[in-house]
Amino acid sequence: MEQKTKINAEDGKQELLITREFDLPVELLFKAHTEPEIVEQWMGTKVLKLESKKHGSYQFETTDAQGNKHGFNGVIHEFSPNRKITRTFEMENTPFGVQLEFYEFERLTDDTSKLTMHVLFESVAQRDQVLQLPFAQGINMAHNRLQEIVRKLK
Amino acid sequence: MNLRRDVFQALADPTRRAILLLVASQSMTAGAIASNFDTARPTVSKHLQILTECELLEQEQTGREMYYHINAKKMKEVSDFIEPFRTMWEDRFNKLEAVMKKNKK
Repeated sequence: MEQKTKINAEDGKQELLITREFDLPVELLFKAHTEPEIVEQWMGTKVLKLESKKHGSYQFETTDAQGNKHGFNGVIHEFSPNRKITRTFEMENTPFGVQLEFYEFERLTDDTSKLTMHVLFESVAQRDQVLQLPFAQGINMAHNRLQEIVRKLK
Repeated sequence: MNLRRDVFQALADPTRRAILLLVASQSMTAGAIASNFDTARPTVSKHLQILTECELLEQEQTGREMYYHINAKKMKEVSDFIEPFRTMWEDRFNKLEAVMKKNKK
């Protein structure tokens, strides 16, 4: 499958850029970020609270394979329908700090649109740690599986 | 570069990740590695071949036995890559697109 999502993370910078074009009108792309039931479906998280408005806040909660709960939260600073969302993002109980996120929604044609996520971190080190998270989780998953296999052998 | 994609294809498989973890602490023969899995021996051999081809594992001949050990340099290189992070967002956005297409009236 063609890789549609592009990530730009320059060495030594505390920011990253995620871009993606969608076969969706910009209104639907925006809606997917504002309605709790829809966010739950594609982010794979439980939405405890999502106030899609200026000065609104949000709280997400995911449960991992071991049954541990992980919380995420933030505050919405700017909310311009079909155009832009500016918000903070924080993973609770982690050393990764608070991120500042700029979501820009762009109409390309009647049926296509583009999302640009500009994410700023407190430090270069924090950005690099967050970038490597999925890899670390992959290794952890393998580790857990290995433990299961070893336990079965005993 | 083709090599990079191969590395991530290799890492995408949970059994292969478990193999890497197993040999991370000590060099092992194919037989010793295979004895840790329910999978058939030829399947494990195939996994070892893939991991060796993309340089995540290295082979070393000691007497009559062939030992496998992890290539730490390659692992470090891979862990610095942002590909898993990109894949995570690609998956989410693919889902978003599918969900919204279904909802379209």
